[in-house]
Amino acid sequence: MSDIRIIGQGMHEWGKWGRNFVSYGVAAAQDALREAGIDWSDVDFVSGAGTVRCGYPGYVAGATFAQALGWQGAEVNTSYAACASGSQALAAARAKIKAGEANVALVIGADTTPKGFLKPAAGERPDDPDWVRFRLGITNPTYFALYARRRMEMYGDTQEDFAKVKVKNAAHGLENEKARYRKAFSLEDVAASPMVADPLRLMDICATSDGGAALIVCSDEYARKIGKADAPRIAAISTVTPKFASALPEMPDIATDSAAVVDAHRFRASLPAKAYEEAGLGPDDVSIAEVYDLSTALELDWMEDLALCERGDAAKLTRDGETKIGGRIPVNTSGGLACFGEAVPAQAIAQVCELTKQITGRAGSRQVEGARVGITANQGLFGHGSSVIVRAA
Amino acid sequence: MTEPLIADWYTTGDDPHLLGTKCSGCGTYFFPALDTYCRNPACESTQFETVELSRTGKLWSFTNAGYSPPAPYVAADPYEPFAIAAVELDKEKMIVLGQIVEGVGVEGLSAGMEMELVMEPVPHDDDADGRLIWKWRPAT
Repeated sequence: MSDIRIIGQGMHEWGKWGRNFVSYGVAAAQDALREAGIDWSDVDFVSGAGTVRCGYPGYVAGATFAQALGWQGAEVNTSYAACASGSQALAAARAKIKAGEANVALVIGADTTPKGFLKPAAGERPDDPDWVRFRLGITNPTYFALYARRRMEMYGDTQEDFAKVKVKNAAHGLENEKARYRKAFSLEDVAASPMVADPLRLMDICATSDGGAALIVCSDEYARKIGKADAPRIAAISTVTPKFASALPEMPDIATDSAAVVDAHRFRASLPAKAYEEAGLGPDDVSIAEVYDLSTALELDWMEDLALCERGDAAKLTRDGETKIGGRIPVNTSGGLACFGEAVPAQAIAQVCELTKQITGRAGSRQVEGARVGITANQGLFGHGSSVIVRAA
Repeated sequence: MTEPLIADWYTTGDDPHLLGTKCSGCGTYFFPALDTYCRNPACESTQFETVELSRTGKLWSFTNAGYSPPAPYVAADPYEPFAIAAVELDKEKMIVLGQIVEGVGVEGLSAGMEMELVMEPVPHDDDADGRLIWKWRPAT
């Protein structure tokens, strides 16, 4: 069965609007439908990425968006997989289409986020690792900072190397009309921002945002029928879980698994490995990558996990300008989370939207010449993560 | 006597230890303690023994909390930033996170340093003396 196609993508601008998440999703869906050139009533499967912060409508996001766009009888699904929710929703749509049970699907996610640190559910719950770590004062930036400091200790990376990622991503996102932060940053700006979790400063860490993103995907046959045989293909969706034993401290755990009797595995690296295998492609084939820069230093980890360079070389690649638009392997051409902030259920979909724009040559001033193959990577809590490969028709 | 913050997770006193379990089938360690079904996918054991984890290990990485974490963290008033360590236990091949003792910041720390586990009180809403929690400090 051939790859499914992306015939439309759409996004609501990221920000801190404080409106109902449904309105962002509807705007993104309308954009995507317009781009696809099909009617809402043509969609026969709605695959929503859930949000846990917006009450019951968020738990049943697929149905919520289907109702908001006007019930028209399509089948629905909702996927929740933390930061990988959007990719799981995409995987559900692909499965339905490849099984011949649907022709065209809307994949959609949107979120409205609270201010400040993400925090656990209320109550005294020592059985919940998420409660325990917050009780001990261990927040999400703690983990990002432990990874960042480990790079400094192992590879000699510096805080300035991390700041260079922010400067680069800010430049990439400067003219991205969907990004929340469209402002140039200098190394001095980053260095002047307050220290949140040493060695990471406020400008090294991504914010939480409101936003919405949508894709229209369809069978090869449907794409041909509507004259879009040249639409980009989804060559792989990896949503593998970790393998015991975890090598790195992972949110929200207070300890890693014990590797006393089995080998330790790196979860992050296993996500793209499966995607490459599924697509029959390798890191040398990749023109662009959208990776989850929850922190600046994490972008460097991802580059190595994606095998875009040897372990320990990512800071040098960044210093040499190779990850800028125009460099050998542009990373986060959208501006990444540095410019967007994270809107959890929309973010993995937004990554695919950017690859789609680049591969179809519609990325405007941030267009990467000759972009043919793009890969995404992200990781969320509780063993969730994803990597998606999009390739030109 | 100051109470532990989390019951049954560790011993207190002069020679404190984290309390984990060891799978009777494959020998894998677990912290927090696991006593239901072994998480090593190659092992089907449901038998575990409670063990004291190593009190010392090597510093894997470290950071600090520049801003007060959200509830359920209970912050001192005024807020005192604290350092956090990830310490690799050699025998258990496991990295355990925890605060670093008061008065020790990230300055002067480096990966590979020998660290030891101690008990120190942290603020608690119902207890003026606070409650005891494990912390790491550079080994003397």
